Amino acid sequence: MNEAFAYVERSAPGEIPDLPGGWDHLFNEMLIDITIIGIIFTVITVYLLIRYRRRHPGQEGNPPKLTTAAAIGWAIIPAFIFMADDFYLAAEGWTLFNQYRRVPENAYEVKVEGSMWSWRFIYPEGVESFGELRVPAGTPVVVRMISKDVVHSFFIPDFRVKQDMMPGRMTYLWFYPKEPGEYLITCAEYCGLMHSGMKGMIKVVSQDEFKNWIEAETEKKNNNT
Amino acid sequence: MHATAEAMRHKPGFGQTLKEWIFTIDHKRIGILYLIGSLAAFAVAGLMALLIRIELGSLGPTLTSNPGTYNVWLYFHGAAMILAFQIPALTGFLANYLVPLMIGARDMAFPRLNALSLWLYWAGIIVALLTFVIPDPPDVMWTGYPPYSLITGGNTALYVFTVHLMGFSSIVGGINLLTTIFYMRAPGMKLNKLNIFVWSTLGAFVLQLIFIPVLAAAVTTLLFDKYLGTHFYDPANGGDVLLYQNLFWFYSHPAVYVILLPTIGMIFDIVATFAKNRVFNYNMVVYGGIGGVVLMSGEVWIHHLFTSGMPDWIRIGMMISTLLISIPVGLLMIGLLGTLYRGAIQYTTPMLYAVGFIFLFLIGGLTGIPNAMTAIDLYIHDTHFVVAHFHYVMAVATTFAIFGSVYYLFPKMTGRMYSETLGKLGFFILFAGVNITFFTMFIVGFKGMPRRYFDYQQFPQLEGLHHIITIGAYIIGIAALLILISWIHGLVAGKKATDNPWGSKSLEWTTSTPPPPGNFRELPILTEEWHPYGYGRSEQP
Repeated sequence: MNEAFAYVERSAPGEIPDLPGGWDHLFNEMLIDITIIGIIFTVITVYLLIRYRRRHPGQEGNPPKLTTAAAIGWAIIPAFIFMADDFYLAAEGWTLFNQYRRVPENAYEVKVEGSMWSWRFIYPEGVESFGELRVPAGTPVVVRMISKDVVHSFFIPDFRVKQDMMPGRMTYLWFYPKEPGEYLITCAEYCGLMHSGMKGMIKVVSQDEFKNWIEAETEKKNNNT
Repeated sequence: MHATAEAMRHKPGFGQTLKEWIFTIDHKRIGILYLIGSLAAFAVAGLMALLIRIELGSLGPTLTSNPGTYNVWLYFHGAAMILAFQIPALTGFLANYLVPLMIGARDMAFPRLNALSLWLYWAGIIVALLTFVIPDPPDVMWTGYPPYSLITGGNTALYVFTVHLMGFSSIVGGINLLTTIFYMRAPGMKLNKLNIFVWSTLGAFVLQLIFIPVLAAAVTTLLFDKYLGTHFYDPANGGDVLLYQNLFWFYSHPAVYVILLPTIGMIFDIVATFAKNRVFNYNMVVYGGIGGVVLMSGEVWIHHLFTSGMPDWIRIGMMISTLLISIPVGLLMIGLLGTLYRGAIQYTTPMLYAVGFIFLFLIGGLTGIPNAMTAIDLYIHDTHFVVAHFHYVMAVATTFAIFGSVYYLFPKMTGRMYSETLGKLGFFILFAGVNITFFTMFIVGFKGMPRRYFDYQQFPQLEGLHHIITIGAYIIGIAALLILISWIHGLVAGKKATDNPWGSKSLEWTTSTPPPPGNFRELPILTEEWHPYGYGRSEQP
């Protein structure tokens, strides 16, 4: 297995960006954008469809002649309006994407190995868990992942993050669990028979509880070996 | 060709007729045989869709307890709908039937090659249908991503051979169509007098000829990896699984435009005919719209790989190029709406399908924008949101264009009229069904439901919405049956059609109905003033 080291860009120290909040905000903004465009086009289409219906058989269209200037204008002006909207959205999307890819400096790092059809989590302290990722609340977590067999995808709907797990290629994502609770992990890349059953849990616990759990697991591991 | 033409003047028995159809090199018959094949593929793949929806209609195993069976349905639905229904119906049936008629040619440039491409396609259909016969059917989805496609017990070779046959058929057809468009036009048929459909077919086949070899390379190396022990996609031996995804989408994203271009070209022709109006800003539509899509189609494929671990810089670059696709597509929309402006719109069944297309394509196109945004896509990638989006913009919108075109050409092909009542009834039920199904799917996807799931125990709250989607699927099924009945009814009991029931100025309607072998009694000679969209007092550019 090629344990290629995935390049991780670390963000400058400071406030940790709110990914799900940023995602929801951008999605809503986009929803407003596409709804407005959709309504404009729909209103124009419905108006044209009603206004210019055929009144008597044999009637033909009677459009005004399009001058060369108008023809060019009808191509260039809409093109620039669309382009302006595209660039506006691209800029917004780029900003958020940078936040997705820059891992906060103090992030807690967990390694994940995907295989058909489960996840194995390896903690920096040396302990391991299957199917359930336990992380402390209030600390950003970076997940470095690799697949043992086919392509899987590590998808945490509540944190608005997803990243494919590739064989022979390390990938990463990060998320920021603020409150203790349980969050679903589910596979989002077709991986065969039990694809839809490939699920797990992120258990976010308090810092103390997490420390105790790591200690207990370390002890269990040492006793076994 | 002339021997065929002679033979067709007699009234032969059934055996003789069958032989004539099988050995035909007449582009119209070949087109109709393409249509029969693609509708058969649509029926089987549509049945798979219904099975998928019944399975997902309620939590837990419903129709089958074996996810493997379900995965084969998914594979067949995707692969057959794209490779055996949409591409052949548009670039096989419509292009074959219409292009020689529209440009005033007697047949294609290479009629025998045309027959070869048809029978390669039929061989492809038969290989695809073997899925239901062999003990180890392919379960690799239509994408066939390795390493899964390499280690699965399913028969990946069948998938590869289906792609090979369909691809070969398209390449042969593409060479033929391009030669026909450039060298077989009637005297006076200048390039700026081509129907929009001919231009869009030209664009689609340019894309096919450039990009199909890439897909062929991708799936052939897959075959080598699985059965001959090479290591193209085996990371343990220096291969790379991302290579396949790049090669696959380098073809398969342009393939979306191979489907979109003839679709929208056909919609332009239908709208111009029934609005009795010129195409608004012809040069903008052809060079800005169709030309723009062709130029940009090869620079956006990474948006299928936004979560695959591609470098960040190329994800940003292709987010921007993907968003910019809205420019040529927006120009095409403006062209369509401008064609309605000051027209005289007659609401026949084909026109209703064209109007339906405009709304479906609008919803599908606009919901593509969130998918194009890399950061937004990190959540909605591979969820039902994407499924809903591409069904609106590609699957359903295109199917509306194909069904509308069949109604539009029905009098020309069969010499009989269909029943407007049945046709319109089918349209409204279909329109309701697809919106119930696929709009609800947006919500399910937004709530996080990934695609290609056999079951959704982790999302029990979505069962109600899934139930609605399944009801929508039943409605689509009923509409499809009704549409089929309306065609059979028209074929058997329809009134005799006149040569030009729609009053179109386009060349395909100037010949007799159905067109004779050789298409035109005398080759049309086109005046300076003639234009396929020369309606009313309008002057053409």
